[in-house]
Amino acid sequence: MIKVCVVPVGPLQTERLDDAERFVRMVFGFPTERLSPLPDAAFAYDEHRSQYSSSLILKELAQSLPPGVGRLVGITEYDIFIPMLKFVFGQAQLGGTTALISLARLRQEFYGMPPDEELMTIRLRKVVVHELGHTFGLTHCSDARCVMILSTNLEQLDAKLDAFCESCELILRDRVSKYDQE
Amino acid sequence: MSFVPEGKVYMKSQWAILVVDDEDIMRDSMAAWLREDGYTVLTASTGREALELARQRDFALYFVDLKMPGGIDGIQTMVELKKIHPDPVVVIVTAYATVDTAIMAMKQGAYEYIVKPCNPEEISLLVERVIKVKNLQRENLILKKKLSRKYNFQDIISKNTRMQEIFQLVREVSSLRSTVLIQGESGTGKELIARAIHFSGDRCDKPFVCVSCGALAETLLESELFGHEKGSFTGAVGQKKGKFELAHEGTIFLDEIGDISTKLQMDLLRVLQERSFFRVGGSDEIQVDARVIAATNRDLLQAVAEGTFRDDLFYRLNVINIHIPPLRERREDIPLLTRNFIEEISHQIGKEIEDISEGALKILIDYDWPGNVRELENAIERAIVTSRTRALLDDAFSFLTNGKKEKKGLIIPPGMCLEELEREAITVTMQRTSGNVKEAAALLGIDRSTLYDKIKKYNLGR
Repeated sequence: MIKVCVVPVGPLQTERLDDAERFVRMVFGFPTERLSPLPDAAFAYDEHRSQYSSSLILKELAQSLPPGVGRLVGITEYDIFIPMLKFVFGQAQLGGTTALISLARLRQEFYGMPPDEELMTIRLRKVVVHELGHTFGLTHCSDARCVMILSTNLEQLDAKLDAFCESCELILRDRVSKYDQE
Repeated sequence: MSFVPEGKVYMKSQWAILVVDDEDIMRDSMAAWLREDGYTVLTASTGREALELARQRDFALYFVDLKMPGGIDGIQTMVELKKIHPDPVVVIVTAYATVDTAIMAMKQGAYEYIVKPCNPEEISLLVERVIKVKNLQRENLILKKKLSRKYNFQDIISKNTRMQEIFQLVREVSSLRSTVLIQGESGTGKELIARAIHFSGDRCDKPFVCVSCGALAETLLESELFGHEKGSFTGAVGQKKGKFELAHEGTIFLDEIGDISTKLQMDLLRVLQERSFFRVGGSDEIQVDARVIAATNRDLLQAVAEGTFRDDLFYRLNVINIHIPPLRERREDIPLLTRNFIEEISHQIGKEIEDISEGALKILIDYDWPGNVRELENAIERAIVTSRTRALLDDAFSFLTNGKKEKKGLIIPPGMCLEELEREAITVTMQRTSGNVKEAAALLGIDRSTLYDKIKKYNLGR
């Protein structure tokens, strides 16, 4: 059985980590474990953009993968980016072991609106499931309801469901069963 | 599950994108982001490296950074790319936008000029737009080819050395008049090779006439080949031209030649020697200039030794011999053929299949394919029809591995009558092909008419 470890990157509310672990257990059925935080992400900070490099944090997380752990999911409050894009909600190694999720742009407050905890939780669930799906080799889906469809803005993120379509679900099961056989 | 109502959706992984940037992190993160969309993404750190990669293959889209060290910048890279591929889609990327560079890039033929960082949806829409156009262009090419009904070597997919030698031989003999004998198991593509010979030679604008000799009874086949005069037999209400006449100045393809009767063998020998014949019931000798290409899945030399096939006809037909290897002897072609069939069939039935799992591909590579390429095509069609996923997984081909297990478990009691064995083989095969006679005949290595006879003989319902 694949074990998924959740790692806080920088300061973070415990509730968010609890939520992320709960989603992994509910949707994937994998056991989870909380690892000690990656306290300092200054190495990934870009002064010019006032954002954190998603690729550098992801690389750091991948290098710290403990033995026996199947997947590592970093959660951060930092606003993250890849050089080509203004931001990303999350990033994952396609068919790899590690994913990183940023809460910054999932919050209503980021856009000058009043906080909405319920909406924030739903969005977090979608991004966690999506990025973890990528680590099992799932690419973006064309089914508008599927959690694996690409979302480049909040409107798209809010429009999709928080579960896999039948096709992605079957592919995921196939990949997971192969992982278990290894 | 997603269905595509219009246009063709090719497997995304078949479209390749090249990201060219001297900064590792920029290049790699962009490539990773595009791979999440299912595309094949390659990277290059210099313009020269990009040109080297472009010489090896074509890319649907190039993201090229404007400022790169090493003496060749983004614009120059684009200019050089145009010398390699006629119409490359190049997106110039820069962090230092100026009106001058933007104008220069567009003047030199850039598809788009973008300033990084940009909104994710901007890149996503741009890629989607380019791939949509590429899909349409590709579909247009295929449709044009199908419309023109021309068959060339691109229709026969193979990396196999023996097949490459066959292609070379086809090129060499295409404009000759010599008779060709194509041998190979059922489903290996004998007709495709025959068409390739005809359509790549100087008879390409003349008729290509195909006759399946095994499908017709002797008298019907005689009339089919040579035509008949009015009243020559019951039902001959008018004069009819035969296939030889219709193939005048072109090519006649005689499939399943090993199944023709002794009388027809003699008639055929006469046509090959004299280049003339009489219609059934006719007295006028008709001159014909038709190139003969014959094909069979039988061992004709053995048939000659057994006395069931005339040796003089065999030597007349066997001027140029082409032996197509069975698919199990060219397994390296299976991945290529598979992807091609997935594209074609998923489009035909309007179902989006983007990929095939490694495990599924391994099943296909390991399977022995008694019905050869035709069986592979049928297996893929069955898998696509029954698949509930956008990728064909291992279990989509479980019917192949189940069949294998059944084969292993086959117990033949000593003294079992051969007819019983034949009946059993036909019953099991018909069950496996869900009553599809064409597919079953290919699997059993016999022609359709023979199978129909046997179904009737053993009183087997379809």
